[in-house]
Amino acid sequence: MMISSRDELIAGRSEPAVSVEHLTVVRNGRTAVQDVSVQIAPGTITGILGPSGCGKTTLIRSIVGTQVVAEGRVTVLGRPAGSAELRHRVGYVTQDATVYRDLRVVDNVRYFASLYGTGAAAADDAIAYVGLTDHRTALCDNLSGGQRTRVSLACALVAHPEVLVLDEPTVGLDPVLRVDLWDRFRQLARRGTTLLVSSHVMDEADHCGDLLLMREGRLLAHTTPDRLREDTGCQSLEEAFLSVIRHSTAPALG
Amino acid sequence: MILVVPSLIIALMYAMFVNVPHRPGTPAPFDNACLVMLGVFPLIVMFLITSITMQRERVSGTLERILTTPLRRFDLLAAYGTAFSVAAAAQATLACVISFWLLGLHTEGSPALVFLIAIVNAVLGVGLGLLCSAFARTEFQAVQFMPVVIAPQLLLCGIIVPRDALPNWLQWISNAMPASYALEALRDVGAHPDLTSTAARDIAVVVAFAVVGMGLAAATLRRRTP
Repeated sequence: MMISSRDELIAGRSEPAVSVEHLTVVRNGRTAVQDVSVQIAPGTITGILGPSGCGKTTLIRSIVGTQVVAEGRVTVLGRPAGSAELRHRVGYVTQDATVYRDLRVVDNVRYFASLYGTGAAAADDAIAYVGLTDHRTALCDNLSGGQRTRVSLACALVAHPEVLVLDEPTVGLDPVLRVDLWDRFRQLARRGTTLLVSSHVMDEADHCGDLLLMREGRLLAHTTPDRLREDTGCQSLEEAFLSVIRHSTAPALG
Repeated sequence: MILVVPSLIIALMYAMFVNVPHRPGTPAPFDNACLVMLGVFPLIVMFLITSITMQRERVSGTLERILTTPLRRFDLLAAYGTAFSVAAAAQATLACVISFWLLGLHTEGSPALVFLIAIVNAVLGVGLGLLCSAFARTEFQAVQFMPVVIAPQLLLCGIIVPRDALPNWLQWISNAMPASYALEALRDVGAHPDLTSTAARDIAVVVAFAVVGMGLAAATLRRRTP
């Protein structure tokens, strides 16, 4: 059974790793995130789920501290999001694999290692961790999309972050690789890393201890896979999510 | 490419000027043109390379990502500045060596000064390139900044029409452009055996422009974006 951050926090056993209070973000004149409040316990895997364009990336960028925020407060590890001392402690894997394609795998990871000040040994560990040791001297341009995603992940892991934020890390990966990555995420969580993983594929939800369901910039629910099934009476999480959406929009329609 | 092309073009110019008559008592036409090229090349090449590289960094998302690391913005710019300036120095060294030794470029002043001005021009190109990359949405646009930013400077810096002969308002514009000072400094070095006060002032002005360009570029590197 996976640890749910809700249970942890309600029990008062721990300070939240990430705390979002009444966050509102306006991007290009559109409200991308509207009045979202959520608390995430350390050492958990939280899935941010919802259709494309529902504000997942904006929420993630706010937590990492690269987003101009209109209202509200985001606190990570007790500090305001984006503050200088957090930059060692928060890892960010962007949606597209942001690696230098004209560099070799090992150079990419070493570059980030030196940015974080962790050194070449940490870079080799990170490459081994994502299973790319065989490709360490390959040019990123010659890798497949999934391999590049893993290079991107290694560039974040090299910092040994306490909070790791991943924006759709499993998009476009084959099923084997996906299972593999989720195994690694669980491993990291067991070691105490707090993971936030966004996805628009509901079957991934079962890998998460906690679920944040988002739609049109709003947080519909903060729940767990089991509780979601229980509350909606649906076996498949896909249906459960649809049922939550219908439920949340029904009053507006009526 | 960066290394060899300027030298090849200077060699081409040498060939062009071989049969051009040379009035006694004036500097040889090739000397004049070659000096201009030694100043202009580092500026153009470094501007192009820097603006495109930095633009790619912005668009590919790597910039946003490295700005979430402990890296300081000044360090990033300084690293870019030095990396490209080293490339520029190598380029200028090769071009100067070929011009002075193989092609017999003659200047009254020291070749070291010519080299120094070439480097300063390269740094200026890096500064302007970093700044312009902020305003380009695509690499294609970044390339188009070259005619916008560099061409007027070259037209008005006194290569084509002497600056004294320009209409008053164009002289004012010319005075506000760094390339005018760079070229004036090169001319002075070509014509006087010692470092003149004009040349020294001009070099300082170009350095100041480069620093201001870098400073403004730093201001465009935002950790938080809308």
